[in-house]
Amino acid sequence: MERSFYVSSSPHITDRESIPRIMYTVTLSLLPAAGYSVWLFGLRALVIMLLSMAACVATEALVQKLMKRPVTVSDGSALLTGLLLSFNVSAQVPLWLPVVGSVFAIAVGKQVFGGLGYNPMNPALLGRAFLLASWPTHMTVFSGAPPAGGTVSGIDVITSATPLNVLKQAREVLANAPAYPVEKVNQAHEAVGQLYDSIDKIFLGQIGGCIGETSALLLILGGLFLLYKRYIGWEIPVSYIGSVALLAWIFGGTEGAFSGNILFHIFSGGLMLGAFYMATDMVTSPITSRGRLIFGLGCGLITMVIRLVGGYPEGVSYSILLMNLLVPVIDRSIRPKVFGGGAKS
Amino acid sequence: MAFFSDITRGIYEDNPVLKQALGLCPTLAVSSSVSNGIGMGLAATFVLVCSNVLIAMIRKMVPDKIRIPIYIVVIATFVTIIDLAMAGFVPDLYKRLGIFVPLIVVNCIILGRAEAFAGKNTVWASFKDGIGMGLGFTFALLVISTIREIIGNGTFLGIPLFGAGFEPVMFFALAPGAFVTIGFILAFVTWLDHRKGAK
Repeated sequence: MERSFYVSSSPHITDRESIPRIMYTVTLSLLPAAGYSVWLFGLRALVIMLLSMAACVATEALVQKLMKRPVTVSDGSALLTGLLLSFNVSAQVPLWLPVVGSVFAIAVGKQVFGGLGYNPMNPALLGRAFLLASWPTHMTVFSGAPPAGGTVSGIDVITSATPLNVLKQAREVLANAPAYPVEKVNQAHEAVGQLYDSIDKIFLGQIGGCIGETSALLLILGGLFLLYKRYIGWEIPVSYIGSVALLAWIFGGTEGAFSGNILFHIFSGGLMLGAFYMATDMVTSPITSRGRLIFGLGCGLITMVIRLVGGYPEGVSYSILLMNLLVPVIDRSIRPKVFGGGAKS
Repeated sequence: MAFFSDITRGIYEDNPVLKQALGLCPTLAVSSSVSNGIGMGLAATFVLVCSNVLIAMIRKMVPDKIRIPIYIVVIATFVTIIDLAMAGFVPDLYKRLGIFVPLIVVNCIILGRAEAFAGKNTVWASFKDGIGMGLGFTFALLVISTIREIIGNGTFLGIPLFGAGFEPVMFFALAPGAFVTIGFILAFVTWLDHRKGAK
């Protein structure tokens, strides 16, 4: 008689999701923002993205070959890291810079720890932190000569400073107003006013900044798509953006407490990119719902501390890296109760 | 043969930094340039040799229960000597090493050798052990600081190695670069030993 029963171990119910499928879908969801940045910053942005992705994939393949591990570049994770890293640099950087950053991100940020799933920190952000520590001048220059022939958009964002930088300098002046001449203080007031009036531009992304972070709108759309696909949970974006909004409202203003402009703080800088794409990385975020809420809260807190009192105008990347390192602690202290385990164990 | 084995043991086989992972704090802190590394290594070697010899001399008089405070007093004496001597003769280097010269007192290589070797062995053997361990520490510092200075600053002993077009990877001159460098060196040493063991 034919064998009609097959005995196998669990899991018995599987679905079609797999690592490559998730990675390529996330990459696809970033394409609108990528396309927009090419429109905004010119072809150089595209070159940087392609170089960075190619360098990440090549490094991953090379390191895995050298370490005699199975070569898994086709899973798309290195490609995604490359794209995210290039989103985190200015379109003005020299072309070797994203390549060096990619090599560091993959080799030291990921493969040294054992590859995908073992890295304690987000490799793309680690690459950015490495670049920022090594070449701070390249990494913080967002203005430069406009590309030859101009950009497709015709909007001149390349020669203007990033909104957060303008705000930081203005706040510096306003905080010590008596120490500055009157016209300087008035200028600072005016600059803040202009920033707050241009929320629509900031939301759409017609501003200076890193390649992929400018358009809050497109990043939110991509993030909502990932939420719909359930590749990311709602907890981190909500608690991250929520805590940034709250802190910006209380402390972010220039006219005392509770005068901050919430929309300005959540739409400028890299917050949308960080909250939807970086902080939610499956490998480097907590596994429980409550843990994720705490994680997002911590990210928001550190981001606003850096933005308001720190040395850098923007703190998204460092806040996520720091919270990445706390994930094991969060996971250990927030353990879900075991079913039937009693009230207190 | 035994004459050399006490010395050579410290240089590679039992290297304090690369094998025993001792004294990592000064190693991380001062290895940003080769001259700092060598200066720190030699200063620690002086203290190590002197304290090893003196502790080996008094090892039979030292009551077991309070040996650690006594060792520390001996070590602190020699650290004070080298501290004042460096301040007087090499003020530039002294300024760059800063707090890490007085901190040789708590360098665990020195206390470790006092505890593990000098307290149990003859004066002559302890002298050789001090030299070997001191040179081993200096060697480790030299390797780490060479890598960090060349990549992080583009120089070796202050001499520029590359043309003006080279933009040094400042990361390696900063603290995180120290951790990454030492991590890779330790991994390399371990890999070498595994390979030797496999043969």
